[in-house]
Amino acid sequence: KEMYQSLDFSPPSLSFPRESLKLHSRTENSSKAAFLDHSETLWMRSAAAWRDGGLTGLLNEITNSHPEVPKWLSMSSGCILALLQWVSSFHGSLFPHLTLSSEDMIAEFSQVLNWSDCVVRAFAWHPHTDKFAVALLDDSIKIYNPKSATTPTLKHRLQRNVAVVQWKPLCASALAVGCQNCLLVWHVDPCSLSTRPSAGCAHVLSHPGHAPVTSIAWSPSGSLLVSASPMDTAMMVWDVAAESCVPLQRVGGGGVTFLSWSPDGSHVLASTPSALFRVWETRMWTCERWPCIKGRCQSGCWSPDGSRLLFTVQDEAVIYSLTFTNTPGPHAAVVVADLSETTFSTPDGDIIVGGEIQSLAWDPRGERLAVLLKGDPRAADRSPIIAVFKTRVSPIFELLPCGFVQGEPGAEPRLMQFHPNFRHGALLTVCWSSGRITHVPFYFLSASIPRLGLSGSPTLPHVQERPADFANQSLFTEFIS
Amino acid sequence: MLRLLHLSAPLLARSALKRKSFMSIILFFLVICWRAAASIAWAVLLLPPSTAIFVILSKFSVLHPIQTISECFSMLTSATAIFSFILLCGVIIMVGFLNFEYYTVIPTIACSKIALFGQLLHPRQLVNSLVHCIMGMIVAWCSAVTIGFRYETLGHPCAQTDGYHQMCLNEYHLILLLGGAFVGFSHSLLGVIHNMNYVSFHTVQQYKYLRFKGCLPLVVKCSATQALYSVRNFIVVYYFLGYIPRTWICKTLNLHLGSSAHPLDSIAGLLDLSLLYHLWISATFLLFTWYITLLLFRIFLTEGYSFPVQSSFTEDADHCLPKVLTEKQPMILKFLALQDLALLSQHSPLRRCEVFSLSQPGGHPHNWNAISKECLSLLADLTQRLVAYHDTVATNGRAKSLSSGSERKTSSETSDFMSPRPTSPLTAPFTPDLDSPFMSPALRRLAAPVEQGSPWYGTVQSPHIMRRVKNFLAKRVLIVYLFNKLPEASSQALFADSQAHIWALEGLSYLVQASFSEDQFGVVQTTLPSILSCMLVLQEAVDRHFKLPHASSKPVRSTSSMGDSTYKTLRFALRATLKTAIYRITTTFGDHLNAVQLSAEHRKRLQQFLEYKE
Repeated sequence: KEMYQSLDFSPPSLSFPRESLKLHSRTENSSKAAFLDHSETLWMRSAAAWRDGGLTGLLNEITNSHPEVPKWLSMSSGCILALLQWVSSFHGSLFPHLTLSSEDMIAEFSQVLNWSDCVVRAFAWHPHTDKFAVALLDDSIKIYNPKSATTPTLKHRLQRNVAVVQWKPLCASALAVGCQNCLLVWHVDPCSLSTRPSAGCAHVLSHPGHAPVTSIAWSPSGSLLVSASPMDTAMMVWDVAAESCVPLQRVGGGGVTFLSWSPDGSHVLASTPSALFRVWETRMWTCERWPCIKGRCQSGCWSPDGSRLLFTVQDEAVIYSLTFTNTPGPHAAVVVADLSETTFSTPDGDIIVGGEIQSLAWDPRGERLAVLLKGDPRAADRSPIIAVFKTRVSPIFELLPCGFVQGEPGAEPRLMQFHPNFRHGALLTVCWSSGRITHVPFYFLSASIPRLGLSGSPTLPHVQERPADFANQSLFTEFIS
Repeated sequence: MLRLLHLSAPLLARSALKRKSFMSIILFFLVICWRAAASIAWAVLLLPPSTAIFVILSKFSVLHPIQTISECFSMLTSATAIFSFILLCGVIIMVGFLNFEYYTVIPTIACSKIALFGQLLHPRQLVNSLVHCIMGMIVAWCSAVTIGFRYETLGHPCAQTDGYHQMCLNEYHLILLLGGAFVGFSHSLLGVIHNMNYVSFHTVQQYKYLRFKGCLPLVVKCSATQALYSVRNFIVVYYFLGYIPRTWICKTLNLHLGSSAHPLDSIAGLLDLSLLYHLWISATFLLFTWYITLLLFRIFLTEGYSFPVQSSFTEDADHCLPKVLTEKQPMILKFLALQDLALLSQHSPLRRCEVFSLSQPGGHPHNWNAISKECLSLLADLTQRLVAYHDTVATNGRAKSLSSGSERKTSSETSDFMSPRPTSPLTAPFTPDLDSPFMSPALRRLAAPVEQGSPWYGTVQSPHIMRRVKNFLAKRVLIVYLFNKLPEASSQALFADSQAHIWALEGLSYLVQASFSEDQFGVVQTTLPSILSCMLVLQEAVDRHFKLPHASSKPVRSTSSMGDSTYKTLRFALRATLKTAIYRITTTFGDHLNAVQLSAEHRKRLQQFLEYKE
């Protein structure tokens, strides 16, 4: 069911076996235990505790050094500490995700299926060229360019547990990386021959309380970057060059988990850990609240013209659709696809497909929609699978089942993304649990002529149909269920 | 008849000129003054809640919470409270007026310590400091009256040993007043050092209320920390010099020093926690109200204003975007017009349509021509400035007579008071003998004090003499300290007004992008070659500039200050915007650009962009 056909452009199919990665088992503050016990004065230790752990660290230090501090001081700091913990546990009971460790939190809210166990943790096509960036389990990022022999590897002291990478539109070199403690923006000179750009090529963007970063989105015009953290109720809008940020805070939700900027630049989807998501309009940065009934918004994607949003909700096997038009008034989300479990009989036997949805991806022309289904880890015959739909946005929205994408036996899809400007249709890149990255092309003639509007969209301008290319090639191997 | 016409022609021209400036003044009053007034009004309206919070915090006692509340109520309704509240309103109005008088959209950047001292000692700044000092004292008096208790009056009756009553000085009242004056004074000094009068424009547009709400926690934090530092400094000063004002007051008002309590300029007297708390809380209150006024002023002033692109009535033509863009003064209107241009080019197809439209009789694209011409001239001006600067640095400061030409025309009426702009590129900031490159005009003042007509401006006479003098003076540590160029300051100063260039680049590139599908008459095509070559030339100049030492070093960001440090990173923002703007045009037009007339060199450069190799 997987097809691969090389035309004038053949992206490299890569494989990262788990054994080839040099993993390190470092945990936070792990180096501390390797040194001898300290015998500093109380003042020094308090200062160090304040620096490292803030108020809680200081209180802990005072509480734990009984003989040196007066009894009343250690008692009162112990009381304050207990009070703080009580308050934070109360807060945690309101928003249970706050009690997770940062790594678990990234795994929970990532678009990648089973993120913590994944060799390829993040993937991003460049919006204009055929290069892409791959973030690996060993916290390095590799950049592959079919036109160049060098594959730069990006490593940085602060680049740990990469959750998401994205290239800046209308720029050749800037790559934003969201990771455990901060945001990094790398400048990878496309003409440089260096394979290890120095840490000086990366700008660190951080804001107190804004970590771990689980989602980022560049504006299609390349001027702004938004970032989200489940720990922070505010969504940050960064002016990257000026290194300044504007926090956009609203009550409710308890954090921001997933962001998606519409291709025409007019709206941003921001989902929260609670059953609520927001859609921001980007001119005056006001938002619409969309409470969900069941769970949090897990994933979402925009149609190329930015008029329609498809999204999925946790614990539900349906895809919802929302339209954004200029006419004000109440509108509600409608169910456009039901993906509950269905049995298909194939030559190899019956397979059961359906269930909860991990992520959505819509090709830049709006003609193919890929849906990554979680499957059921307990049932052997229900492994994760990618379902593909044919879609049409105008004049009326249409969504027809088209086929499935499966890997080699034993390999599960973990992460997927469409190539932003594949000339002959759509090209879906899938990262597998085996560490392989493959590209699945869908050859078709575009139903509509690509819009050349003022969208600032990175995807549009160069797309031209060349039907002559396919005239005598056998193309359609998709099977329609 | 003919002669009459001939005579009246210049007259007409002059009156037209007058009318034009008159119209811009009207617009200025309509827009800017209205906004300033509205911001002050809101600041006054916000005064009662902040005063109430201050009263509660200053009178709060843990042991008697209910008594505190009742005291607060009786306090808030008393006659003195109302009088002091009126005083506070007056102070807020005055602060708002000073903000309006001293604000600038182009920051003044001191290139050396001596230049900074020059700014601090400028008469206009001294007036500002004095006024702030007095206002600080007034606010402190109001807070003393509000706190009541032992702070209420300057004198109190005290009994001598012989039972004879006389008036003694209440030092608690005095220390609060002096504290207020000190905080006001240091606020005004820090305003100069941190460029607090600089008003920056945000890339993210938000409604005023939401922006205010978002900034409020920052203001509270800033005022509390700044008050803490100021009170600490004040206590040190009072400990050493406190006896001077005390004895002076006692002498003039014929008061006696109370013998009972500790004098407050002793360690025992100053280690009074309640006194320190009251000093800090009143300083916080003072700074908070002033910062709120400043914040509101900034928010109101930088709010986007929508100018009409064209008007069907000729009398309104001067209010239209193309006209306002070309005006030199006042600077704020020009900035607002550029901001509006950048926004309309991105967000409103209808207004873009007006830009691309042709004039009704005649069929000329006047709107587009005026807008593109102004934007291109702004960019060309920056290019020229960068090239001139680079040349002087390259020739190691030995250039001859460049300085008079490089006098920046951008200084607005509000920013010309603090002088040492980076007027002469001769200052050679990055010469190899970096130990003492310096502000030459200032040094000349020291070397030849007699012939100075204008204190801080002028041209350099002979580099040789200067060099000798420099070497002589360089041995003195203090002089070196004063005259040493602050690193990257000249780079910052060069890009001080780059917000305008950023908007010009955005406006042009978005309009060109939109023209691909929206421009029915092809008006943009005629200027496309000049736009592209202008951007490419600027790109080259910017690239060369960033190869200089210090130019690409990132400044340290200060977070807990009300001063806006956006100007420190403007050059990076400009570089990024420029690249994005060129890419925006190349991705939109693609291979069509091969049909555009360009020089071979520019074509080569453009090809790099088309292949995404920049």
